[in-house]
Amino acid sequence: MSFQSAAKVTLRDAQLRRNVGKATGLIRAKRERAVAELPDWEALRDAGEAIKARTMATLPEQLERLEAAVTAAGGTVHWARDGAEANAIVASIAKQHGADEVIKVKSLATDEIGMNEALEAEGIHALETDLAELIVQLDPEDKQSHILVPAIHRNRAEIRALFERTIAQGQTLGYEASAIAEAARLHLRHKFLTVPVAVSGANFAVAETGTVGVVESEGNGRMCLTLPRVLVTLMGIEKVLPAWQDLEVFLQLLPRSSTAERMNPYTSLWTGVREGDGPQEFHLVLLDGGRSQVLADEVGRAALHCIRCSACLNVCPVYERVGGQAYESVYPGPIGAILTPQLRGLGEAPSLPWASSLCGACYEVCPVKIDIPSILIHLRGRVVREEKSSLTPEALAMKGMAAAFATRRRYEAAQRLARLGRGPLAKAALPGWTAMRDLPEPPKETFRDWWRRERES
Amino acid sequence: MKVALFITCFNDTLFPGAGKAVVRLLERLGCQVEFPFEQTCCGQMHVNSGYAHEAGGLHERFVRVFDEFEAVVSPSASCVAHVRERIPSIGPRVFELTEFLIDELGVVDVGASFPHRVTFHPTCHSLRLLHVGDRPLRLLREVRGIDLVELDGARECCGFGGTFAVKNADTSMAMLSDKVRHVLDTRAEVCTSADTSCLMHIGGALSRGRTGVRTMHIAEILAAQE
Repeated sequence: MSFQSAAKVTLRDAQLRRNVGKATGLIRAKRERAVAELPDWEALRDAGEAIKARTMATLPEQLERLEAAVTAAGGTVHWARDGAEANAIVASIAKQHGADEVIKVKSLATDEIGMNEALEAEGIHALETDLAELIVQLDPEDKQSHILVPAIHRNRAEIRALFERTIAQGQTLGYEASAIAEAARLHLRHKFLTVPVAVSGANFAVAETGTVGVVESEGNGRMCLTLPRVLVTLMGIEKVLPAWQDLEVFLQLLPRSSTAERMNPYTSLWTGVREGDGPQEFHLVLLDGGRSQVLADEVGRAALHCIRCSACLNVCPVYERVGGQAYESVYPGPIGAILTPQLRGLGEAPSLPWASSLCGACYEVCPVKIDIPSILIHLRGRVVREEKSSLTPEALAMKGMAAAFATRRRYEAAQRLARLGRGPLAKAALPGWTAMRDLPEPPKETFRDWWRRERES
Repeated sequence: MKVALFITCFNDTLFPGAGKAVVRLLERLGCQVEFPFEQTCCGQMHVNSGYAHEAGGLHERFVRVFDEFEAVVSPSASCVAHVRERIPSIGPRVFELTEFLIDELGVVDVGASFPHRVTFHPTCHSLRLLHVGDRPLRLLREVRGIDLVELDGARECCGFGGTFAVKNADTSMAMLSDKVRHVLDTRAEVCTSADTSCLMHIGGALSRGRTGVRTMHIAEILAAQE
């Protein structure tokens, strides 16, 4: 479905708009306060951008360094060209350990490649342990709608009803958030202690040391990363950082941009395996999944700098109205509008680069300074050139207008037409405009006619 | 000071009042205003819609038309932002009106009088591409008799976005309805801004809702001596 059509559906859901509007409004104000505390915030953003750009310029080398360091620390590194390869690797590891269930830390990369469904098809149930991911998973009709808060479109009453129907098995949970969360806690605790294989994503992986990191707020991640015997981490290749010291920058940028916290409650960093402490088997799956393709686009590649903080979603006036599901991707909002078409191929999501008014609020908050509006414009150009016929009414109108604007005589003739409500632009634009807005009365004379009359006669 | 007026194709055709006000205002402040008739369009719509290759000729034309002038002034923050970013050879000499008044002419009180209740919508491109900051508000505060009321959620996009307003009309309208609600909450008679494109969008809904609230370009208020 095109973004326009999907948005038409979600815009009609008044409750969804209230839920998303309220939540993004709150977190937006909190982020502003958290960021204002740091006098060197702009310098941190510059540093984040520079580290990411340098990493992308040397990506093959960094990944090989990472592989060597992880292997030296007792881990196993797997390379996956696409989602299917990655899913097969994870399924085979789970099967080797006879697991018919794995527990999961919230991970966008696994959602991107549909890992839960792929494992299910192999007879392995993947249980989400992040509270919001669990909420979404419990309702077969539901889908994630935010990078950080996947169930942002749900309110407390909806979640209570869902839990009472499912994991709380008919109990009445009351209206207190703590009582509702307790139902999830009880359900999950047993799993943490008994399931032998965990699957996670990664926020960072340090090439220098082979250290992999996950930041989170709930502690479910810490349990998944430490209690099971086997840990499998799936990571997009763009998540690598060259040096341990680089974490200094990102561990400041990420929590303040994301949850508006000075530091996230749980920061888990692990390097390979250690006897008698944590998982005794560690696998790191490096996923390409279209990323090399993105890297080949000199302008578009900056989308790979994203650290998945979701600040751009929270400030986006489009996201706030339509919600995440209208983007039909695990990466919604402004970052999704530039990432999804590039990862999947422009032809698979050609309307997403237009899902923006180019207001620039996203660029202003991005902790690694991704110039999202410029990339949107760049991708619009690529869609027009690579995916569309040069004979669409729009292309012809644009060509016609460029020709009209090329000489004064033609321009002035086009003005006369436009004022009469004709011409290619007026024709294309009018119905969409006047459905809900009035058009101004055309003026009696153009500015240049006035100038001619007043100043040159 | 001799300045060229870059009216923009949009104002030339649909909102000549904004251009006339700029001329009146600048002449009152002692500028000699010229209007190069060869000017047409800066190419912003083409570039932002994905037709950058059609805009190359328009960028070249812009330089040919305006190159002889020391200063070019325009009543459109959006088009000035486009010129500055895409036509760097001339960009630094092209000014949005409120930038020109404060930074180049060094005036804040332009001698205007406008005894009405007014609210100001700072457009996205003036805020986030040109970084005009509070320049428009500083100018408005000095206007005699004005009752300037702060707009809630002022920094948020009105939903215009060029072709976005038509291509994503439903989303655009959802954004606009919040903007219009904030405008109505101010009980202002006039909503003003540094771009007539956003104002056409906001004004289109104010008119459809029969609210009685008018839209005026900021130049029209700064030129007024009621």
